Amino acid sequence: MTTVTMTVNGKSVSREVESRTLLSAFLRDGLNLTGTHIGCDTSQCGACTVHVDGKAVKACTMFALEAEGAEVGTIEGQSSHGKLNTIQEAFKEHHGLQCGFCTPGMVMTTAALLKDNPTPSEAQIRAHLEGNICRCTGYHNIVKAIMAASGQDVSAIAAA
Amino acid sequence: MYAFELERPGSVADAVAALGGEAQPLGGGQTLIPTLKARLAMPEKLVSLTGIAEMKGISSEGGGLRIGGATCHADVASGTLASYPALAGLAAQIGDPAVRNRGTIGGSVANNDPSACYPAAALASGATIITSTREVAADEFFRGMFDTALEDGEIITGVRFPVPQRASYQKFAQPASRFALVGVFVAQFAEGVRVAVTGASGDGVFRWAEAEAALSSNFAPEALDGVTADASGMISDLHGSAAYRAHLTAVLTRRAVSQAH
Ligand SMILES: Cc1cc2nc3c(=O)[nH]c(=O)nc-3n(C[C@H](O)[C@H](O)[C@H](O)COP(=O)(O)OP(=O)(O)OC[C@H]3O[C@@H](n4cnc5c(N)ncnc54)[C@H](O)[C@@H]3O)c2cc1C
Ligand code: FES
Ligand code: FES
Repeated sequence: MTTVTMTVNGKSVSREVESRTLLSAFLRDGLNLTGTHIGCDTSQCGACTVHVDGKAVKACTMFALEAEGAEVGTIEGQSSHGKLNTIQEAFKEHHGLQCGFCTPGMVMTTAALLKDNPTPSEAQIRAHLEGNICRCTGYHNIVKAIMAASGQDVSAIAAA
Repeated sequence: MYAFELERPGSVADAVAALGGEAQPLGGGQTLIPTLKARLAMPEKLVSLTGIAEMKGISSEGGGLRIGGATCHADVASGTLASYPALAGLAAQIGDPAVRNRGTIGGSVANNDPSACYPAAALASGATIITSTREVAADEFFRGMFDTALEDGEIITGVRFPVPQRASYQKFAQPASRFALVGVFVAQFAEGVRVAVTGASGDGVFRWAEAEAALSSNFAPEALDGVTADASGMISDLHGSAAYRAHLTAVLTRRAVSQAH
């Protein structure tokens, strides 16, 4: 066991971990931050997307020890004091989720996208969601939510 | 997952020292971690390369570019946009944004997946693979499906790319894996044209000599009229037959020529 120290949603945390402990397991089992979902566990689905030093990564495909000293952001850090942020509100408003399983990854991927590109086009949004799979919505309402979250007109997006 | 040790050295020298015995380098882990989960590889020790600053970044070197072996795809996509746009375009199409934030050029080249994108860029550009012990020309480096000239314990510390006059990478993505069903990289140099094809052959990335000869005398899509890729030895699977891959090879090569810049 080795001690790993990182900042998670602004709070410094230290825990003993094994070499094989994935970042996803560290967050879910170690810190009880179960909003990071495990869909495939093989880096295909994006449900486990978190931010490491501001970049979206798949927490199921990185070891906790590799995040030593990093700033990690999870879905739990998106809302504050129970208040949803703009992206989360837009997903709710535009019905960007059904079962909600993919949603934490979708929101984290969106947050990373909007940081680099505050007003992405529909094509850019769809390309950016390449690694986030949703079994329910058919994606149209997710795209709509992201357009809305970035303050853009959503009327042109196909109705789901 | 089974138990193993993970080391995070800060220099190439320390990484090489840590790689004795049953140890394996860990790049971005985008291929290796799923492989470990499936127990298709079971090294006793992993030596992580992502904490080695000297293996990251892009610099210009002798009229070309040198890319550190631990540089992630996203950094190549943004860092070569002005200096080598065809390479930037290739890096920007690998997998998805999260894969591009972790996966590294060294890992991709070392793995030599028959459908991977970087081997096509390295071979078409006439790149040199720089390792912890030597330099190997791309023409000698890629030895067949998942096979390279790398020895046990040898680390790819960088890849040196000559920059062509014009180039383009055209990828026909396999939608489930996001890898190339077929990908073609065409590069025009003063000395001639190089064409490298990935995704198509059971032997991994290869240079398409007939297309190179035709394009070296006339760099235009019409130069490929009547030039067909040989389907024998091409991959046939549920995603596409050998004949389909051979057809795509010719189509994508034309597209690459018409879009080269
Ligand atoms: C969903 C998904 C989609 C993808 N799509 C594409 C795609 O479209 N095109 C494409 O080309 N790739 C694709 N990939 C693969 C991706 O590019 C990987 O990042 C890459 O193949 C391996 O790089 P890595 O740094 O993650 O290496 P790792 O997974 O860490 O390692 C891979 C292998 O290389 C060895 N290794 C790693 N680094 C070095 C080094 N510096 N020196 C020597 N040996 C080393 C390891 O020991 C291991 O055997 C995809 C992957 C995923 C998960
Ligand atoms: S659980 Fe990590 S990508 Fe699916
Ligand atoms: S809302 Fe169910 S998987 Fe996306």
